[in-house]
Amino acid sequence: MTLHDMISRLNLKPVRESVTGMWQRRALLGGLGAVGAGVALPALAQFRVEIAGVGATQIPMAVARFRDEAAGGQPIAAIVRANLERSGLFRGVDAPAALDETARPAMAEWRARAADALVAGSVTRLADGRFDVRYKLWDVVKGEDLGGQSQAVVAGDLRLAAHRIADAVFRQLTGEPGVFATRLAYVTRSPGRFSLIVADADGEGAQVALASPEPIISPAWSPDGRQLAYVSFETQKAVVWVQEVASGRRRMLANFRGSNSAPAWSPDGAQLALTLSRDGGSRLFLQPAAGGEPRRLAAGGGAGVIDTEPVFTADGATLYFVSDRGGGPQVYRMPVAGGAVERVTFNGDYNISPAVSPDGRALAYVTRASGGFRLMLMELASGRAQPLTDTRDDESPSFAPNGRLLLYATRAGGRDLLMTTTLDGRIKTRLLAAGIDMREPAWGPFGR
Amino acid sequence: MKRIAGMTALLLAALVVAGCAAPVALDAAGGAPVETRTPGAAAAARAPAAAAAPGAGAAAAPQTQVAAVDLGRQGVAAAAIDRIVLFDFDSDAIRPEFRTLIDAHAQRLVANRNLRLVIEGHADERGGREYNLALGQRRAEAVLRSLVLLGAREAQIEAVSFGEERPAVAESSERAWAQNRRAELRDR
Repeated sequence: MTLHDMISRLNLKPVRESVTGMWQRRALLGGLGAVGAGVALPALAQFRVEIAGVGATQIPMAVARFRDEAAGGQPIAAIVRANLERSGLFRGVDAPAALDETARPAMAEWRARAADALVAGSVTRLADGRFDVRYKLWDVVKGEDLGGQSQAVVAGDLRLAAHRIADAVFRQLTGEPGVFATRLAYVTRSPGRFSLIVADADGEGAQVALASPEPIISPAWSPDGRQLAYVSFETQKAVVWVQEVASGRRRMLANFRGSNSAPAWSPDGAQLALTLSRDGGSRLFLQPAAGGEPRRLAAGGGAGVIDTEPVFTADGATLYFVSDRGGGPQVYRMPVAGGAVERVTFNGDYNISPAVSPDGRALAYVTRASGGFRLMLMELASGRAQPLTDTRDDESPSFAPNGRLLLYATRAGGRDLLMTTTLDGRIKTRLLAAGIDMREPAWGPFGR
Repeated sequence: MKRIAGMTALLLAALVVAGCAAPVALDAAGGAPVETRTPGAAAAARAPAAAAAPGAGAAAAPQTQVAAVDLGRQGVAAAAIDRIVLFDFDSDAIRPEFRTLIDAHAQRLVANRNLRLVIEGHADERGGREYNLALGQRRAEAVLRSLVLLGAREAQIEAVSFGEERPAVAESSERAWAQNRRAELRDR
């Protein structure tokens, strides 16, 4: 099996130059396991992995229980293992005993367990009440210590510490940044109650940011991850609010005549694109994040046209949006600084909910076909698009900040639930919570 | 006691009447009428009370008269007018069968420039939430434009949308969708 074969089996995009060295090192770990079937996760993570398609090659990884992790009350090793397994790229190997980062593990023993890599670490309570969490990663095949990290966190951030370790290990072994330490926002609905929820990327640690008797839609993370913009109907109309996640402090951003919706932050956090009906109809505006007068975007289109769902590219230069100026809703784009509006979607008569990958190369959106709504991914350079799911009620795609995963809402078995998928559609995970419908997901940025 | 009170009342009434431009004979048709007005009577008349005083004949309305304005009954009367306009799929065109409803609300707005309405537009659940919010807004604004064309002032009306978020019928059927594609006119 060539290196190219191994990489393609791992469902990653074509390897970039800078990553080649890493891939060779990983390839040298050798023993890239046999065909992996569906992975059984420990009960911790609420997202469940469904690995579609046979032949998924995974790196066997052992994560030993961290010395004294019980002192902190969080199962650090199990969280790290679950994260890595959920990426679909790693298969967990049992590690019977606790090990710490100062150990000199016997590589022969771990090779005998068919592990290619080993993680071990410790949790130590500090005098000020915080916890010092350390880890180390070994390349079992080469018998090499690949280094590690330490971090000091308060008890409430121990799960975050575990997620950071998973991210670090993931980057060490794949060359790609992990998204285990990021957060998601989404809206749940139970009878008479809507809640805006913030949870870890694995679905755990869910907290309520806003509870309301009226609907909440379109949450959008600020680029620094500290604020959420959203649309609330608490005043009996659509109003855009901005809320500080940590403190709960909130303010109305846009409460003009008519409906105010579809907030999207510019990458520098200084302004938001919005859909406002203050001039009649639904048109695009830019508004300073600090508040004040919005400026209407010159997006062309005639009277009575709907323009909505704006989203910035990561470089802040281009806005993608939905417009029905051509009859039915389609995705268009325009330079933020003004200029020609260009149509982007041409297949089908109903294309909405654009999301642009962080590297600007791909566009996710939802298309209506045969009466159902399906998540699509378009390679922008060629315009070629393919469906990523075989469900019929997909909504609201949102890219992970490393650009490798898409989070979206769908319907299965009469329930609204959230799913993630790799960009080739092969590895999917599902978040399901009993009795609760989930929708409107938004993946938070790096930076925790 | 009673007779004295009655006499005093008559005396007072006579004194009051004596100051009127059009004197009413005390013994004409039972004398100057003491009005007993009920809220029902007032609302049913739906016109300035003085002009419709029953039994007053052609004479001026009594000065002791108090015209009751019952907001509750006004609300009930307004509710007696339909306030839901339904729409076809993917359309914001006002169907002919709703013209009477819109006319009636336009008349209310013209008759009372202090009256404020909010028009709440809705869409059925199919399709994206933000696009459906915009479709609902389009329907609300179509109704607003009709009202303005019939004489209402734009400042009296706000058009808003709930998109698919507040269905009238929470089911997934053609029947439910037809009920959900609507604009509701509410007094503010």
